Amino acid sequence: MSAALTLQGVHTHIGRYHILQGVDFDAPAGRTTMLLGRNGAGKTTTLRTIMGLWRASKGRIALGATALEKLAASDVARLGVGYAPETMAVFSDLTVKENLVLGARQGALDDARLAWIFGFFPALKKFWLSRAGALSGGQKQMLSIARAIVEPRELLLIDEPTKGLAPAIVGALIACLNEIKATGVTILLVEQNFRVAREVGDEVRVMDNGLIVHRGPMAALAADEALQNRLLGLSLASHQ
Amino acid sequence: MSALDAGAALPRRRLDVLPALTPLAVALVAAPFIGSLSTFVTLTAAGLAMGMLIFTMASGLTLVFGMMDVLNFGHGAFIALGAYAATLALAPLASWSSADSLVLNLAVFVLAIIVAALICGVFGWVFERLIVKPVYGQHLKQILATIGGSIIAEQLLYAVFGPAQIPLALPKTFEGSFVFGQAAVEKYRLLATCVGLLVFAAEMLILNRTRIGLLIRAGVENREMVEALGYRVDRLFVAVFMAGSALAGLGGAMMALYRGQVHATIGGEFLVLCFIVIIIGGLGSVGGSFVASILVALIANYAGFLAPKLALVSNILAMVAVLLWRPRGLYPVSGR
Repeated sequence: MSAALTLQGVHTHIGRYHILQGVDFDAPAGRTTMLLGRNGAGKTTTLRTIMGLWRASKGRIALGATALEKLAASDVARLGVGYAPETMAVFSDLTVKENLVLGARQGALDDARLAWIFGFFPALKKFWLSRAGALSGGQKQMLSIARAIVEPRELLLIDEPTKGLAPAIVGALIACLNEIKATGVTILLVEQNFRVAREVGDEVRVMDNGLIVHRGPMAALAADEALQNRLLGLSLASHQ
Repeated sequence: MSALDAGAALPRRRLDVLPALTPLAVALVAAPFIGSLSTFVTLTAAGLAMGMLIFTMASGLTLVFGMMDVLNFGHGAFIALGAYAATLALAPLASWSSADSLVLNLAVFVLAIIVAALICGVFGWVFERLIVKPVYGQHLKQILATIGGSIIAEQLLYAVFGPAQIPLALPKTFEGSFVFGQAAVEKYRLLATCVGLLVFAAEMLILNRTRIGLLIRAGVENREMVEALGYRVDRLFVAVFMAGSALAGLGGAMMALYRGQVHATIGGEFLVLCFIVIIIGGLGSVGGSFVASILVALIANYAGFLAPKLALVSNILAMVAVLLWRPRGLYPVSGR
């Protein structure tokens, strides 16, 4: 299976801090790759570096054959990379509609795609003309993801979409992510919730101290409690 | 998936009209102390006109600060440049200005403010590229660099136009006053009020009904996310800076006509007032600046009549009072 996204020896410095210390991994095309690791391992920094929001000080990042490491975030996005950050970053003073209009950079909103999105997130249709700032945390998360997929993307970078969400919403979000994947989109997903990782992920990359310390199929990690304990300091059982 | 947090009804958005009513409240409080209706009308009309002039100059500053996070102490230089640009536009058309024709008078006025706005827009681009761009994200350096740029601009104006004040005559139609009963309202003040309202309407229309406006509003709140959506924020910054400079020039030209003379210090005189207005209005908020401009101008006018010594500090007192009531200004922008 070909890799949609490849990172080779990526280093990122933020001020005096050396966060990513030579990250190597790939994300296969059309699959969901989980990026797991303890707090502070460098997962969010990895996504932001891929997105061009922080500049890699060394190493190579490629989307297919296109090098990303020297591109600005706007240019990375123009290559078909959607980004839903950990903070959701919805524009609070804008309506739900306006947030999605900005997500559709290439032009007007596509009605058929909107209907598809509303199928996942009916609340967005209901609150179409409401200020995004008035939405609940879960609805903001939906808006953040909807904005990232309002146009067809090649690669989706999603940072902890289930953080702080109620269990019922988490279940629905899992189904949503699986449907997005079914359209052929490559997804790189940072997640702390191991249940979500197990149900959504095809592949897994585990980070620690700014390095990839494990790579393989998600199912293999889910089945190996000892490995989970060693890599993540947790076991799947503790999340069931 | 249809069950996915379809959501209870959102809390209804509270229409926050209180801040918008503050100028009216100030007028109602001042009216009994002023006593004479004609004096009250004259003071209020003058305050509204001054408010519109201040708003025109300040709205560009609030956009630049709100979106670009740039403390542009060079904004005053564009106010002064706009004033001088108006003299350049008006000088060769003196015959239009002195003609007994509303059409020619209006044409020369519109031409003067458009030329002022265009010249300032172009110089805004130069200023942004040379002085502001190297210090993005560094507030202390921004202050030093833009003050330095402002001093250079002021000295260049002295070098080109000379140190003396340049008289600037109003087009003939706009001289004098309309008299309503016993109240006299200067014609030019009415014109300034109309232009200010047009500028406000145009800004609100652009900000709320166009994609570029959406981008500016989104950029004020979270410019990084705007970039991550594929928009070139640096280009947007340049456009906003040029627009802000053009508005400063437009306001400077109108203010020079209001005063009947031009001097390079006009920019510095109004820069502090512009900062007070954008702080009172809520940084980055055009609507807030609009209300704050009227509020500040009305308070200054009423205080100037009732307690002239108090007028010297009325702007500062207004700012303190508003910030005690609403620490982030009358209409704070999310994310700032």
